[in-house]
Amino acid sequence: MNLRIPILKLKDTLIVSIQWELDDQTALQFQEDLLTKMHETSARGVVIDLTPIDFIDSFIAKVLGDVISMSGLMGAKVVITGIQPAVAITLIELGIRLEDVMTALDLENGLEKLQRELEA
Amino acid sequence: MGYRSSVEILTEWDIVAARQLGRNEAKEVGFGTVDQARITTAISELARNIYLYAGKGKIEIERISEGGSFGIIIIASDEGPGIPDVRKVMEDGFSTSGGLGAGMPGVKRLMDDFKIETVLGEGTVIKATKWIR
Repeated sequence: MNLRIPILKLKDTLIVSIQWELDDQTALQFQEDLLTKMHETSARGVVIDLTPIDFIDSFIAKVLGDVISMSGLMGAKVVITGIQPAVAITLIELGIRLEDVMTALDLENGLEKLQRELEA
Repeated sequence: MGYRSSVEILTEWDIVAARQLGRNEAKEVGFGTVDQARITTAISELARNIYLYAGKGKIEIERISEGGSFGIIIIASDEGPGIPDVRKVMEDGFSTSGGLGAGMPGVKRLMDDFKIETVLGEGTVIKATKWIR
């Protein structure tokens, strides 16, 4: 049941598509895997696509927020893409603000945004 | 009393099982995608609170109807230590677990009605209701 989330490398960017509902262990494992991969590949940017995800609770939001801060410490930028309307509504109602987080509508826009940030 | 289904919360995996049950029930009762997300998220928060603070407990989902309206009640019950200051846990930003969990005010906002009954040393029962609009 404890499947690991695949992390793909494309030039200096890591691409992650979260395809299924995250349990706590998988989320924490992902945090560790992403930072390790970042270190191994010297990636400068990460795009995390959440298109298939239909809800995010406070725990997963905290893991995501933390991984973004941790990536920042390692000198990489993270863009979150594909947040569904229902997810955006419930996160705000729940009282969770993912402030200072770069987001984009979809993977394509996310990659463009990240490229602009890295070139800036 | 309407149809009721339940998940015992003993491990982290049961949090996943509880929210899957909630999502399926919400879908079957006829909630839209945003309300399904609200209900799933509320269950996840309540189940995690049981796991973190009481160690074990139960999430029950009851289908309800009244005057042509349909909805569900989430009943989260445990025999944990109880909540010493209910008013305090209903304040935004209050958490005893080091910032983990958006807490009860968030769950209350996601649902239409929210009730806590708690007795120190005996446990807590939370009932959160959502109606189809």
